[in-house]
Amino acid sequence: MAVSRQDVEKAALLGRLLVSPDELEHLTAQVAEILAYVEQLGEVDTTSVEPMAHAVELVNVFREDKVAPSLPREAALANAPHHNEQGFLVPAVLGE
Amino acid sequence: MALVDLSATEQRAKLNAREVTAVELAQAYLARIAAKDGEIGAFLRVTGEAALAQAAEVDRKRAAGEPLGLLAGLPVAVKDVLCQQGELTTCASRMLEHFRSPYDSTVVAKLKAADAVLIGRTNMDEFAMGGSTENSAFQPTRNPHDLTRSPGGSSGGAAACVAAKMAPLSIGTDTGGSIRQPAGLCGCVGLKPTYGRVSRYGLVAFASSLDQVGPLASTVEDTALLMEAIAGHDPRDSTSLPVESPKFSQTVNQPLKDLRIGIVPEHFAAGLDPEMEAAVRGAIEVYKSLGAKIVEVDLPHGKYGVAAYYVIAPCEASSNLSRYDGIHYGHRASEPAVEAELAAERAEALARGDKAAAEAVESTLVRLYRRSRTEGFGAEVKRRIMIGAYALSAGYYDAYYLKALKVRRLIRQDFDRAFSQVDLILSPVTAAPAFKLGKLVDDPLQMYLVDLYTVTANLAGIPAISLPCGMSKSGLPLGFQLLAPPLEEERLLRGARMCEEKRKS
Repeated sequence: MAVSRQDVEKAALLGRLLVSPDELEHLTAQVAEILAYVEQLGEVDTTSVEPMAHAVELVNVFREDKVAPSLPREAALANAPHHNEQGFLVPAVLGE
Repeated sequence: MALVDLSATEQRAKLNAREVTAVELAQAYLARIAAKDGEIGAFLRVTGEAALAQAAEVDRKRAAGEPLGLLAGLPVAVKDVLCQQGELTTCASRMLEHFRSPYDSTVVAKLKAADAVLIGRTNMDEFAMGGSTENSAFQPTRNPHDLTRSPGGSSGGAAACVAAKMAPLSIGTDTGGSIRQPAGLCGCVGLKPTYGRVSRYGLVAFASSLDQVGPLASTVEDTALLMEAIAGHDPRDSTSLPVESPKFSQTVNQPLKDLRIGIVPEHFAAGLDPEMEAAVRGAIEVYKSLGAKIVEVDLPHGKYGVAAYYVIAPCEASSNLSRYDGIHYGHRASEPAVEAELAAERAEALARGDKAAAEAVESTLVRLYRRSRTEGFGAEVKRRIMIGAYALSAGYYDAYYLKALKVRRLIRQDFDRAFSQVDLILSPVTAAPAFKLGKLVDDPLQMYLVDLYTVTANLAGIPAISLPCGMSKSGLPLGFQLLAPPLEEERLLRGARMCEEKRKS
């Protein structure tokens, strides 16, 4: 699968990144080289092999549904770039 | 012999015998750091004052006859990816340059409970992505054996500080080899535990199904000691294994009997540096001389490890790193600058008479995310986020991610089969000794291929240890790796200790 500049721009949008026009060519070449390398996985016969998403296949680890102390609001907001002591502040997301 | 030349185990004996105080030991290391770290750059921050206060507290407890933890008075360096309450945790990224952890990671909490003295935070590749520590946003780290060479990575600072005797014990993380590879290139010992053996709570996530915290030290005995302090089930990490963790320091000196060691012929094929090959074969001879039986085993899917890894790890990274949005914490771009940028784009589109394009300019919020992340992340992190986003996007998911997960299972099954015949597998840890700084920095694929020998242990979730087996003619450390079945760290440490002991004699 050849990787185009448009593919890289789309991946940048999905990854919430910006790629400047002067970076785009170099980056497209690098991404294409890496993806060409990983395409060797296609050689492997994986018919009826279950995907292994995790090294430890534990499922449904439950704990008692009990209230426990959590991070105080002040501490949770302490690293926020922009807050009003009650919540995180974001640019307006709804139009007028 | 200077204090810093002793192993942690020897220092511990001296502390217990009251021949030396924890404050004296901390002072010795702080002096060593002051003398050496200017040229090496292993530490991002040295917490000297806090360390001396912790050391004084240990001395007070000891004088008062109060109970002391396993690591009482021993300095430990922590990779800057594990949260430590009130301290910066930067992951060597501009994104988290000013981030102060509001809580302790479980590993840091365990170190504190063990009365360790936390002396500083070590350098790394940004968000642990890389194998040279050159992807740190703040500084490169140099290999103590040759300052023109890389210490490896991503736990390059963690390995370099042990190799340069600036800390006796050090905590690293290993997602695709990030403990074992730098340990190998710096000539120290590094253990990647079984996935789930050490809690990941408070570890800044890179690839959650692969990340594991582990110890680095100058001897296998010291590695066992640190491993004992940090291992164990943690209810706050749902992937932590609910099993009892052995007292590794008490068994590490017991040699294994009737040891069967597997080797994989392909591991010694073209591409392996001749001096490295000779040293690894030397380690095999050591085991033979100790009575071990050497058995050839087959890991037919091992050669696909790097390919599977460089799909799975970036996919998980792109998902994990989506949390850095410039809103909750971390770097945020200037909102007026973003507004101005968008206004200019709209005006430019209108000036060309393209009304649709003007309306299609994205919202302030989306551009704030994108600008904040673009300013906050370095090149390798961005590359991996994009590869992950691409591989997970509609139409490609089955071909990349799902395929890689299936190959991952085959890699694990290879190991399961091999371990039905042998107790441990012995392999190189890197194909060559430490490489020159700058050599691989803009060649991501070649950089990824350095992980050839290490990634399969992460994909399979099994424990592995790297340890020294000689020096090259030019004075660079050579190392090898042992791998064991899940939860067999005790076997791994005892097996590694046999070789270390024999090579010393």
